[in-house]
Amino acid sequence: MRNNKTSYLLHLADNALILSQRLGEWCGHAPILEQDIAITNITLDILGQARYFYQLASRVDKKDKEEDFYAYYRNEREFKNLLLLEQPNGDWSQTLLRQFFYDSYCILLYSELEKSKDKNIAAIASKAIKEVKYHYKYSSEWVIRLGDGTKESNQKLKNSLNYLWDFTGELFEVAEYEKEMIEKGIAPDVSKFKTTWFNNVTEIFNKANIEVPQTTWFQSGGKSGLHTENLGKLLTDLQYMQRTYPNCTW
Amino acid sequence: MTAKAISQEERFYQLIDKEEKIEPKDWMPEKYRNTMIRQISQHAHSEVVGMLPEGNWISRAPSLRRKAALLAKIQDEAGHGLYLYSAAETLGADREELIEELHIGKAKYSSIFNYPTLSWADIGAIGWLVDGAAIMNQVMLCRTSYGPYSRAMVRICKEESFHQRQGYDILLTLCNGTKEQKEMAQDALNRWWYPSLMMFGPKDDESVHSDYSIKMKIKRFSNDELRQRFVDATVPQAEYLGLKVPDKNLKFNAKTENYSFTEPDWSEFYNVIKGNGPCNKDRIKTRREAFENGKWVRDAAIAYAEKQKQNNKNGKQ
Ligand SMILES: [Fe+2]
Ligand SMILES: [Fe+2]
Repeated sequence: MRNNKTSYLLHLADNALILSQRLGEWCGHAPILEQDIAITNITLDILGQARYFYQLASRVDKKDKEEDFYAYYRNEREFKNLLLLEQPNGDWSQTLLRQFFYDSYCILLYSELEKSKDKNIAAIASKAIKEVKYHYKYSSEWVIRLGDGTKESNQKLKNSLNYLWDFTGELFEVAEYEKEMIEKGIAPDVSKFKTTWFNNVTEIFNKANIEVPQTTWFQSGGKSGLHTENLGKLLTDLQYMQRTYPNCTW
Repeated sequence: MTAKAISQEERFYQLIDKEEKIEPKDWMPEKYRNTMIRQISQHAHSEVVGMLPEGNWISRAPSLRRKAALLAKIQDEAGHGLYLYSAAETLGADREELIEELHIGKAKYSSIFNYPTLSWADIGAIGWLVDGAAIMNQVMLCRTSYGPYSRAMVRICKEESFHQRQGYDILLTLCNGTKEQKEMAQDALNRWWYPSLMMFGPKDDESVHSDYSIKMKIKRFSNDELRQRFVDATVPQAEYLGLKVPDKNLKFNAKTENYSFTEPDWSEFYNVIKGNGPCNKDRIKTRREAFENGKWVRDAAIAYAEKQKQNNKNGKQ
């Protein structure tokens, strides 16, 4: 139980950490100052969520390690984040579309986690859901704006969709460590989110003048530690200081 | 005594004399307006370009707590940039034009941001020294004669002091850490000390704009006065950290209660201003690319807003 719960919490934490690491790359580089501030706000919220989940994971894990240990001293194969979240920012449309996919998913996930039998998880989720709803509003509006903006922005959004869609199937896969969590009422069964998520995405896409791809093949593996080449490079950057100067206080 | 109708010009100088604020709708001499636009927009550009050297360490911040603090700090600087561009716009300047001047290398920004951040300790040094020097300037500017600028400064100053404490805390942690960490901190101080002294601008007798600014109560203290204050405040802080200020001539003068110190290398200062600092080209290139790459996004947002307006109109008919 402890192992499965730790793994599950690390999955949630890794999702948030890896995405915030990506989003942080925009800081200072966004299309306009107002959006620079907005995207950094979202980055900070999500980084905060990662920290809550790592802190809880460390309490459950009982190895006397702190949050930073889990972020800085695990290797690629130990990270359990969704593949979608480690994909590069690309242009603004790719970042916002990735965000929209994740936000639509997190609204479902955190609303259920709010009812988790684990009170600590429920508490984190109920704080996070407020943030996620705001992120969703932001990202869905951008998807519509770009899709229904200019010809160029519509085309760029389509290109991003073409790239990212393959990674959306994994959102609804259940990992080994998750099964016990579902049985015990600690985690929801994410495979049940698929239809709701899909319908919502379709509704937004209609407003954005883009179509949901018909592909049925999806990439998978992130939740169980099998990643794309993108994660390794991201971790090299993220973990550089702690690996170069181990066991220091910062 | 009968009330005499006074000219706009007389009223302007009266306001300055009485220490009252000049507001956007007030009449003001062109020279005053242009000086204000130049100063406020340079300040705005500095906030925005200043995001880049620190942004260089977001992905590599050594702990999650520090990463969050750094992100929040840089976001504050973006906010400062935004306030200041708005303040410049109250004088009739156009934000896009101001930014264009930055991107073609016409507008200035604080030279300090043309130096590279080579280690994590630089993030501490920037907070402590660069935000610290900015505070010296900005505390004075809270009383500047132009209303919107003065009010922007009051808001900004609070955040800058927070940044300074945060930067100092980074260095304090390093100085209490391992030998390597402490060396990192010393190296950062060695590299950032003189560029920080340069932040107050050239020596008084070589400063082109100073006289007018003091007369118009835009500035309250001269460059040299502010530099002295900065040194006096900072040296004891360095001592507390156990770091050595890289100046052999640094000496406390008990009579004046000031430190005497070595002037920065002014030829380096003018050289960096001319565009020859280690990062001038990179900084401008990065800002320009962000802006150019964002053009299609801004265009899309405008086109979409236009369509929405059109739809609302048609809906109402
Ligand atoms: Fe600032
Ligand atoms: Fe600051």
